Amino acid sequence: MRRVAVVGVGSSRFGRRDDANLSELAFEAVKPAMDEAGVDSKDIGFASVGTVGTWYEEPLPAVVVAEYAGLNPTGLVRCEAACASGSGAFKVAHQSVASGESEIAMAIGVEKMTEVDTPTTIELIGRAGNYLWEFENVGITFAGYYALYASAHMAQYGTTEEQLAMVAVKNHKYGAMNPYAHFQKEITLEQALGSPFVAWPLRVYSCCPVSDGSAAIILASEQAAKKLTDTPVWVKAIGTASDTANLSKRPDYLGLRATMQASKQAYERAGVSPTDIDVAEVHDCFTIAEILAYEDLGFCEKGSGGRMIEDGETYIGGRVPINLDGGLKAKGHPLGATGCMMIAEVTRQLRGEAGKRQAPIKNGLGLAHNVGGTGHYCYVTILGRE
Amino acid sequence: MALKPEQPRTFKSARELRLRYHIPIAKTARFWDELENGRLTTTRCAKCGAIFFPPVADCSECRSSQMEWMPLSGEAVLQAVTRIDIKPASFAEEEPYLIAIGKLKEGVNVLARLVGTSVEVARIGMSLILRPARTREGNVWYEFAPAVGSRGKNSG
Repeated sequence: MRRVAVVGVGSSRFGRRDDANLSELAFEAVKPAMDEAGVDSKDIGFASVGTVGTWYEEPLPAVVVAEYAGLNPTGLVRCEAACASGSGAFKVAHQSVASGESEIAMAIGVEKMTEVDTPTTIELIGRAGNYLWEFENVGITFAGYYALYASAHMAQYGTTEEQLAMVAVKNHKYGAMNPYAHFQKEITLEQALGSPFVAWPLRVYSCCPVSDGSAAIILASEQAAKKLTDTPVWVKAIGTASDTANLSKRPDYLGLRATMQASKQAYERAGVSPTDIDVAEVHDCFTIAEILAYEDLGFCEKGSGGRMIEDGETYIGGRVPINLDGGLKAKGHPLGATGCMMIAEVTRQLRGEAGKRQAPIKNGLGLAHNVGGTGHYCYVTILGRE
Repeated sequence: MALKPEQPRTFKSARELRLRYHIPIAKTARFWDELENGRLTTTRCAKCGAIFFPPVADCSECRSSQMEWMPLSGEAVLQAVTRIDIKPASFAEEEPYLIAIGKLKEGVNVLARLVGTSVEVARIGMSLILRPARTREGNVWYEFAPAVGSRGKNSG
């Protein structure tokens, strides 16, 4: 396996994007990524497109995106790993370069979720898991699945509604500084706690919005990277894991096993520990998910995630600044785009380009944690300046 | 001059896609037949003894396809609970409903509706009973209810 670097990143603005179709939206990320890397479509040996689909009209999204961006006849695949589809696409593109098959490859993440009505989107996401046994006669939603985890975590560890709300307040604070974010406004603890329930104990401000968006990453071999850029960001390791389709088949609801396993793998492969990480993007589709991530990624002890946000440990200046682009909560969560957007953000942080949202970089290490479904898939990617 | 905010231009597709799946249940049909007669059952691997819920035709532990049917007591302990206030499109007509995961005495977890209590009263660890029920559409299914004598808050 060869060393592989991120040499270009790009993204669209996230939000309700009625003004652009799927291909146009993807192009908004592909163009800046290619411009930044200084590559042309003929330089790209392989392209992967992470997207979940069904809420937009195209059954073969990768081909319409690739044609519009002028990528033909480059080899192409569409990757699905639910909300981690972007990380799946990144892994496939990484593999293409690491194996020596390509010198340069591109991962594109894109999702267009607002072309159908919101209850239909909620239905389609709720069906994720095991359709017959957990949706057909039950009517669960995605928020409902994470609310089940929240109820168990609160009962076991005393995690509070206030602590959940604090995650939303933090992520909105940083989202307000991010011109790509869906929500660019701060919220108060009172607002978060006063919002209506979506799935008890999760409220409107505990949940990420339904968003459209795209992000793209150009990866290059060491030899190619050194010609293209003075600031390559190296892929140190990618850890992966999965868990049961049926939520009922898991032994408890206190953490995501896939996160624990994927992060352990990533730390070992990179030869680093959680305390070495300068900045992280974690999968906060719901506020409880960010608290679970603190614990499952080893940033704090099991059960103390609520305390970690309460103590401000994940703000800039804290032990490990987390989701400085607003996270899924404020930036938005266009499913397929999220994984690539996380990698784009960690890359910008490690390059020192995040402006007001910049984390202090000491060890030159950042982490992106992308969960698919309710812990069905997990990808943990560690990036480094060296 | 004040500009009117423009409505985004979208092309409203004239083609509506309707999907209704016919999901094969032939290999575990006995589950539905027993449930129709008021009995909750599941499958156990005849070779390695692993118990599954939902019932399966093939063992994911030892890959044997020799499964046997066993009754479920319905005795359960509440593991996790939520109330669905914002519902999926196909459940839009229903009042907010509770969903729970209960661990059955047999060691398997079940995810189902929880009736006869509220999130304010239900407590993790309380005793539940899993019982046959009918869905709003009249399909035979199953649901949790608090066990007799289990009052949530007081049951620890």
